[in-house]
Amino acid sequence: MREKNAELMTGNEACAEAAIVAGMRFFAGYPITPSSEIAEVLAGRLPREGGVFIQMEDEIGSMAAIIGASLAGVKSMTATSGPGFSLMQENIGYASMAEVPCVVVNVQRGGPSTGLPTLPSQADVMQARWGTHGDHPVIVVAPSTVRETYDWTIKAFNYAEQYRVPVILLLDEIVAHISEKIALPPREEIEIIERQRTTEPPEKYLPYRCYESDIPPTADFGSGYRFNVTGLSHDESGFPTNNPMKIDALYRRLNRKIEQHRNEIIAYKKNFLDQADFCIVAYGSSARSARRALQEARSQGVKVGLFQPYVLWPFPYEVLENIAQQCTHFIVPEMNLGQIAHEVACATKRRVIKINRVDGGLITPSEIFERIKNVSV
Amino acid sequence: MAFRYEFRLSGSGGQGLILAGKILAEAAAIYDGKNATQSQSYGPEARGGSSRSEIIISDEEIDYPKAVNIDLLLVFTQEACDKYCKDIREGGILLADSEYVTKVPTGNFKTYFLPITEIAEKEVGKALVANIVALGMITELTHAISKDAVESAILSRVPKGTEDLNRKAFTVGINAVKRLIKKRP
Repeated sequence: MREKNAELMTGNEACAEAAIVAGMRFFAGYPITPSSEIAEVLAGRLPREGGVFIQMEDEIGSMAAIIGASLAGVKSMTATSGPGFSLMQENIGYASMAEVPCVVVNVQRGGPSTGLPTLPSQADVMQARWGTHGDHPVIVVAPSTVRETYDWTIKAFNYAEQYRVPVILLLDEIVAHISEKIALPPREEIEIIERQRTTEPPEKYLPYRCYESDIPPTADFGSGYRFNVTGLSHDESGFPTNNPMKIDALYRRLNRKIEQHRNEIIAYKKNFLDQADFCIVAYGSSARSARRALQEARSQGVKVGLFQPYVLWPFPYEVLENIAQQCTHFIVPEMNLGQIAHEVACATKRRVIKINRVDGGLITPSEIFERIKNVSV
Repeated sequence: MAFRYEFRLSGSGGQGLILAGKILAEAAAIYDGKNATQSQSYGPEARGGSSRSEIIISDEEIDYPKAVNIDLLLVFTQEACDKYCKDIREGGILLADSEYVTKVPTGNFKTYFLPITEIAEKEVGKALVANIVALGMITELTHAISKDAVESAILSRVPKGTEDLNRKAFTVGINAVKRLIKKRP
């Protein structure tokens, strides 16, 4: 008998389905392993949902297309991997500057360059935060299971809409390609957030004027509103400005709108941290290995806990600072040469033990467990 | 200790091992009510290159999705056999296509050498369904997943119009193992 409400789904499939549930109706992309199934599923699904799927000439065009569609009021997404993510950086900056809500999925592969197309990696954590130039706002999330991918794809759209920023969904090959049993939540339980649209008439509308918050209300192109959108620093009319006060106000507001809401944006899960002496910090598929290592270590009486950030940027410095009052050592397994480990050291001022793998293999539970044992004796 | 069963299906790209893995995981997870994951590892080539598919079945949540202590290893190439037979647990099972694997490894596991591709060609009529024949063999050798579950999962995953062919391939695989076990109990 087929189990009701249960499906075997990959992370890429869950991402595509969740994006449709979130209201995404425009996808532009260029297929690339290990993200291609997202485009493949959406090429079939979007037209049937009244949406648009375009295969673009490259990733620069893909990013530009989703910015355009979002300015017309449609929730938009693209999906790529390392080399494509590099090409998207300039226009990700444009989306940050012009405050265009959009979701960019990066299923990471080993790099630099074309690197390891088919194997897992987590080496784009810093690129996701700082890949485009300038002080810019961005939100980065990293799920570890198919169900988390489903939930966080929807939340990525909510964050993008609420804060008018590009949101990066960082997956890795394991999370993207694993087939896993998933029970999808009923639609009525899913919170969907829409961008705040202006109540001003077109002749009075200023595209970057703020009212109660640091997030200016939007207007959809094609609905009678005419306004200028530029990557240059601009004033509230949307036209370029060289006025130092206005320039300063713009850059500070752009970054403040995320910083001031960091506590609402940050999300994480704590496992057994109440009585732990050591803390593992793991995200994405490394968190899967960490959960298994944690079980083994606990069963042998080692007082270790797990901190799994779902949101990598903004980074939860304060939360880890608190954990450091109790935990003396932090163990950070990641499939790169130590990217989040540095942030953990910065937040905790404690000894950070790095476990790094860059050979295309998933970090094993025993690799983590052995390091925990060495620390605990 | 929680129940955990690990399969690795290995060979080269294009032999249908990733699909076979997804079918096994779907059978266990959706039709047998257990938890299951399937993950894979393959090279950057469109065809050829080594390919492996790993399936974990458990009655609890599956965190680490890779096989480390294999209960059943299926090999379709000599290279896969040489590389992976050390990962079989004591008392585990090695199932090899005797057409491709000629050098028999030794170890503390049960070995089953069957001409899987030849059986597919001669008894089903298409070498292409060797992966489904292998699924029949795996089901009969391990009893880790019910036959009904695997058959339902096969029918839900194979292309429309090929259901009868695949159902036959599955049955042929089961019977091949039954004959072999009768001969050497």
